[in-house]
Amino acid sequence: MTDKQLIVLTVNGEEHELLVEPRWTLLDVLRHNVGLTGTHVGCEHGVCGACTILVDGEPVRACLMYAVQAEGCAIRTVEDLGTPEEPNDLQQAFSEHHGLQCGFCTPGFLMLAEGFLAQEPSPTRDEIRETVSSNLCRCTGYQTIVDAIEATAAKRAAESARKEDAVR
Amino acid sequence: MAGKPGEPRFDGRGGKWIGASVRRREDPRLVTGRGRFVDDIHLHGMLHAGFVRATVAHGKITGLDLGAAREVDGVVAAYSAEDLQLGDMVALLDRPPEEFTPTTMPILARGKVRFVGEPVALVVAKDPYAVEDGIEAAQVSYEVLDAVVSEETALAEDAPLVHEDAPNNVLLDVTAFDTPGVDEAFADGCVIELVTRSGRQNALPLETRGAVASWDDRDEQLLVQTCSQVPHQVRTVLARSLRIPERSVRVVVPDMGGGFGQKCVVGREEIAVAAAAKLLRRPVKWIEDRSEALASGFLAREQRYRTRAAFTPEGELTALESDIVCDMGAYSCYPFTVGIEPLMAAAEMPSVYRVPAYRVRARAITSNKAPTAPYRGVSRPQYVMVMERIMDLAARKLGLDPVEIRRRNVITEFPYTGINKVTYDPGSYLESLELGEKILRDEGWYDLREKNPYIGIGYSCFSERTGYGSEAFAKRKMTVVPGFDVSEIRMDLTGSVVVTSGTINHGQSHETTFAQIVAERLGVDLAKVKLRQGDTERISYGWGTFASRSVTIGGSAVATAATRLGEQLCVIAAHLMDTRVENVGLDGDGGVIQLDDPSQRLSFEEIADVAYLRSHLLPKEAEPTLTATAAFDVPGDGTFSNATHAVVVEADPGTGQVKILRYACVEDCGVVINPKVVDGQARGGIAQGIAGALFEEVTYAENGEPSAASFIDYLVPTAAEIPDITVDHLETPCAFTESGAKGAGEGGTIGAPAAVLNAVNDLLWHTGVQLEQTPIHPESVLAALAAADREKAGTGA
Repeated sequence: MTDKQLIVLTVNGEEHELLVEPRWTLLDVLRHNVGLTGTHVGCEHGVCGACTILVDGEPVRACLMYAVQAEGCAIRTVEDLGTPEEPNDLQQAFSEHHGLQCGFCTPGFLMLAEGFLAQEPSPTRDEIRETVSSNLCRCTGYQTIVDAIEATAAKRAAESARKEDAVR
Repeated sequence: MAGKPGEPRFDGRGGKWIGASVRRREDPRLVTGRGRFVDDIHLHGMLHAGFVRATVAHGKITGLDLGAAREVDGVVAAYSAEDLQLGDMVALLDRPPEEFTPTTMPILARGKVRFVGEPVALVVAKDPYAVEDGIEAAQVSYEVLDAVVSEETALAEDAPLVHEDAPNNVLLDVTAFDTPGVDEAFADGCVIELVTRSGRQNALPLETRGAVASWDDRDEQLLVQTCSQVPHQVRTVLARSLRIPERSVRVVVPDMGGGFGQKCVVGREEIAVAAAAKLLRRPVKWIEDRSEALASGFLAREQRYRTRAAFTPEGELTALESDIVCDMGAYSCYPFTVGIEPLMAAAEMPSVYRVPAYRVRARAITSNKAPTAPYRGVSRPQYVMVMERIMDLAARKLGLDPVEIRRRNVITEFPYTGINKVTYDPGSYLESLELGEKILRDEGWYDLREKNPYIGIGYSCFSERTGYGSEAFAKRKMTVVPGFDVSEIRMDLTGSVVVTSGTINHGQSHETTFAQIVAERLGVDLAKVKLRQGDTERISYGWGTFASRSVTIGGSAVATAATRLGEQLCVIAAHLMDTRVENVGLDGDGGVIQLDDPSQRLSFEEIADVAYLRSHLLPKEAEPTLTATAAFDVPGDGTFSNATHAVVVEADPGTGQVKILRYACVEDCGVVINPKVVDGQARGGIAQGIAGALFEEVTYAENGEPSAASFIDYLVPTAAEIPDITVDHLETPCAFTESGAKGAGEGGTIGAPAAVLNAVNDLLWHTGVQLEQTPIHPESVLAALAAADREKAGTGA
């Protein structure tokens, strides 16, 4: 039996004490030990992006990181964005623009976009497309995913402009 | 949209819900990570399983020792074929021995392996990491045999045999439609000859295959939760293989991350895992990893066509002859058999054109490659590519415009019974073609092409048989004949409706579109309707989802069940309102009204109250509770959707890479139930077609080793490669589906390779090189362009 280590992971603002093998990926630990199955396993070699999460705000492939490496980091998964009753604006936009079909890749795209829009609040469509090309989707042909992210960026920009106006 | 007084509303075609891009019912759980996919299922005491897989493509198993594997920390059990003693999977065609050679697929390899990745043994352990340790400790030795990896090696005189009882490695050999006039037409016509090839592809659902099996002592039943497009067929094979009654197996399909056909055949792994769960009396989970999925999942599309077509000087197609070879890999899939690709191609190759004389030979060869399953489009991307290449080549030869030659040959009068004995119901073949051309002309792409030698324009015009009924499949001589679908509908005391279907949603939005059909039929709010699928206990039998059958067949069964429930509601309401049943109708708003006095109304809740809680008030002819069932089958040859794809590409003269500048799809799937959903099916399908045209291929080394075991080698296109796509709709309603809809699942994938290949060849025409193979490799394009440049510079090689 491989030796186990006790670690503490901060996931969606909540601390979890976990006994893990050093070889367990962050992806497996989030899914099996923390019990958050919204992050999906697509390829386990860092290409498809279905397991994209945010680690300290950066989009990261959870399959390429060991759980023991994530101690002390702020981890965010799709479960932190919104709920079925109150989805966040990005989740709403994916639904509105039919940016998902089977929905398996969707959490990865949502976290990718969430991280991207935080860093680049007013991207061009080409920049969005470039970012979207980090992940694989087999159902949609990507166009409506780009549409959803573009619409969210525009909406957020309009909202922050309104807020600035209100401050002035 | 309340029905006009005096008009009973049982038609439910068009109105409030059908034709509306309502928001998907699936989305709230899927965008929040609350979907339930197979790998999300966790049962108490659950074990994990994985497979020891063949490392050679063709070999005799000379030693199999699982002792060390069983000793590994965390490993609970390890099983060989001998340990499990499972019945083989057998898929048959009702054809004579000269046409079809039956073979069997063992659940775990016995004595011999036939492809790299074939399951040889099963390891069960406490966690997935220990499973990997156990697999690594398993000892298997082989006597390596020569591998069959191509048509040439398969058909060679002294070829090694993949199956000892299949001489020449040919499993199916059918010559059909040898009509009079073929030879005469070739004797004096303008003849086009070409050989086309398409690469072996993986359907590649982003969710790999997987299953969680558990034994329930109380129900005396195996519960197998699996991502399958065909749960009832999984149940049938499981029961036979484990030699238990069908009632002892329940197959449940949770949310599913795509399938595209790969999951519409029964997998050996789901059977083996179920057997282990039954032996161990503990839940066992198996999740295929990506390298397994790429190397040993069901593949598709490796085909070669040697075709001749004859034309009159005016460009009229007079005869077609083709020799088709499909490399079906190591085994026949259940239930479709190795006939799935060659028989589809032979029957439907004439496509949307009038072909007066036709002869075809179609063969399925077996090889030491992963077996094939139907993949979105099944052979149609390939034969459409042939037909559309023929049109372009004939146009060039005869000095005609590519659209004009299609115009002269396309079927315009319906119903049309072709030389292939298939009857095509009404479609808009010519209209879609003309609109496709108009879009490119109006936008100025033809002008741009005049100015830029690296730009090419290509079309494909095609139809797609959707919703094959039992008659259509019976023509193929399958012994297991898919076709019908059944539905059950229930209304509860709150007027809410639960409707079940034998179809399986895995991205197609059934929960939304089927609810739209029912809401329209019954005249209830969409929010009142819930679809349930994917549970063999909820419905007597079903054929699942494939071949664009869900809305056409499943949707029609659902609509018919809803109609019957509506009739029950009317019978009870008429009795309660003390009037004749002919004098009442659904009001489209959750109630039944009296036609001669619409102010007299009973809501569904009021009627349900009587049906459930005060049944003594029911009329004699009504039974308590509100349920109805219906079965539906598509008659005859089914219904044909159609489309034209119009594509503009640009080749990079420096790299040979092909970029798609414009992609226009004009499609006709009859009545559109949800436009956004149909657009999504078209775009997603086209993306997969582009993948086949430009990127994806599994190749094999001479020893049968597959090239692509990761996404580094198997090139799935991303958002950087797939362009924005416009989708225009024409609507030729289907006369015999309940909603007037035709299938919309596969057309995108069917039309794309032909259109892209034609566009690339259009820009290459001046080079004297034409490519007749997919995927189109940049180096082929570059070589053609470079050769032409050298010639121009007078330095020809």
